[in-house]
Amino acid sequence: MNTASEFISAHVASTFDVAQIRRDFPVLNQEVHGKPLVYLDNAATTQKPRAVIEAVDSFYRNDNANIHRGVHLLSERATRNYEDARKKVQRFINAADSKEIIFVRGATEAINLVAQSYGRSNLKTGDEILITEMEHHSNIVPWQMLCEQTGAILKVVPFNDWGELQMEEFHRLLNAKTRLVAVVQVSNSLGTINPVKQIIDAAHAQGTPVLVDGAQSVPHMAVDVQALDCDFFVLSGHKLFAPTGVGVLYGKAALLDAMPPYQGGGDMIRTVSFDKTQFNALPYKFEAGTPHIAGVIGLGAAIDYLDAIGMEAIAAYEHELLDYATAAAQQTPGLTLVGTAEEKASILAFLVDGIHAHDLGTILDHEGVAIRAGHHCTMPVMQHFGVAATARASFAFYNTYDDVDRLVAAIAKAKEMFGR
Amino acid sequence: MSDLRDLYQEVIFDHNRNPRNSRAMADASHRADGHNPLCGDQITVYLKVEGGVIEDVSFEAHGCAISTASASLMTQALKGKRIDEVEALFGDFHKMTTSETGASERLGKLAVLEGVREYPARVKCATLAWHTLLAALEHNHQTATTE
Repeated sequence: MNTASEFISAHVASTFDVAQIRRDFPVLNQEVHGKPLVYLDNAATTQKPRAVIEAVDSFYRNDNANIHRGVHLLSERATRNYEDARKKVQRFINAADSKEIIFVRGATEAINLVAQSYGRSNLKTGDEILITEMEHHSNIVPWQMLCEQTGAILKVVPFNDWGELQMEEFHRLLNAKTRLVAVVQVSNSLGTINPVKQIIDAAHAQGTPVLVDGAQSVPHMAVDVQALDCDFFVLSGHKLFAPTGVGVLYGKAALLDAMPPYQGGGDMIRTVSFDKTQFNALPYKFEAGTPHIAGVIGLGAAIDYLDAIGMEAIAAYEHELLDYATAAAQQTPGLTLVGTAEEKASILAFLVDGIHAHDLGTILDHEGVAIRAGHHCTMPVMQHFGVAATARASFAFYNTYDDVDRLVAAIAKAKEMFGR
Repeated sequence: MSDLRDLYQEVIFDHNRNPRNSRAMADASHRADGHNPLCGDQITVYLKVEGGVIEDVSFEAHGCAISTASASLMTQALKGKRIDEVEALFGDFHKMTTSETGASERLGKLAVLEGVREYPARVKCATLAWHTLLAALEHNHQTATTE
């Protein structure tokens, strides 16, 4: 684009071999509508490296058995691989103990688990739950359901027009009645990185636990749950280059121990009689039924893959990619960025004058560029900006400067078609 | 590979830029709100029906080019139609946008939306106005949706 960007390209290329990385992702090597695929919908779901695909394939080819029950070799192998994945997740987010890692179907289920288990046993009429205006629906609706069930009240921290939380409002809303704070670490529709450490410290100063929604943060940055000192942390496997249908709830052991089970059956049971059921210890207390064993093993493989590259290197590369994309977007007449926080992860949401996001989505798709158009399951964010929908390009570490150029060229094509 | 111009014909751009009958109607005999929850598109359809004939029809909408053009073309097609013809017209339109039958021949200018058929994700954009129209005629006060 210009000499500055060429310099950045050269700089990044020397430290981060994106061409090599792209070869690890088979799906990226294809054409759509006759053009090479540019996949920029990573906030919706990420592509899977060969290592993950092969781990799932190998499980079903060689080791498929149920876990924790069998006395036969396959079951022992499946159990070992499943529990190894738990240790990998523990290390990845630096939990104190692997029993604090609960496998669930996804971030949404993890939040529902906390709402229904922790929330129902700890909240009562008049208590307050504090969330933010930029939450994903999955970090709004479970709390609304809990409020219906307990008589608790939902309070919402607003954000400013750049998409940054109004921290003075947070401090004003946080009070003695606040029994839980639930906050997204990285906004999926704005890209904002929230000051969760500051939020956690303020909440803890008055004894309020904090749940952090890390669905969009763990794919983009190193996360240390002990350094954050969050009480709960949720993540989604499929946004972390792992299979769909698997996710993680991290909780401090003392909290999880005190919580009642969420679902009954399977591994969560120690003994059952018709008079009394004894529940299993952590983490099995919260893993009812046969879990997504292959998915968990795939998640372990994804973490191995990410560890080999290094989350710091990924974050640094994506940051430069976002800077490049932001500069390109700002040079595009008629394009307005939605979400321009100082601290951002690699998400670029935007509007183009006179072209609805859905029309953009279709035209960009024809140029081979896959983006998301819509409300991104954050309708309150759309209401804040008074729009029905935005277009969103969300980057992963396998995206390139060329992908950004293709995006910009496709937007130009859409403007040409619409006579803008 | 389908050509994008099959979807975005000039007529559609024209109706998107200058939607016909895009206004509120104070003395409407029928009205309904429509909503596409997938993309957030909103529409209100107004009708003035006298003696079983659609004397006037208008709409207000926030939506994409396909949904706006579809609403605009729909209002043009409906003026002067008898109510009992509307369902058949919607049936033909729905067939044209979702299946391979030659329904477009009976649809006049509405046939410019035939290209939608190749874009399953966009069929709901094209039919939102029509679902809302039917809700208005049925005096259904619940918001019509494409779901």
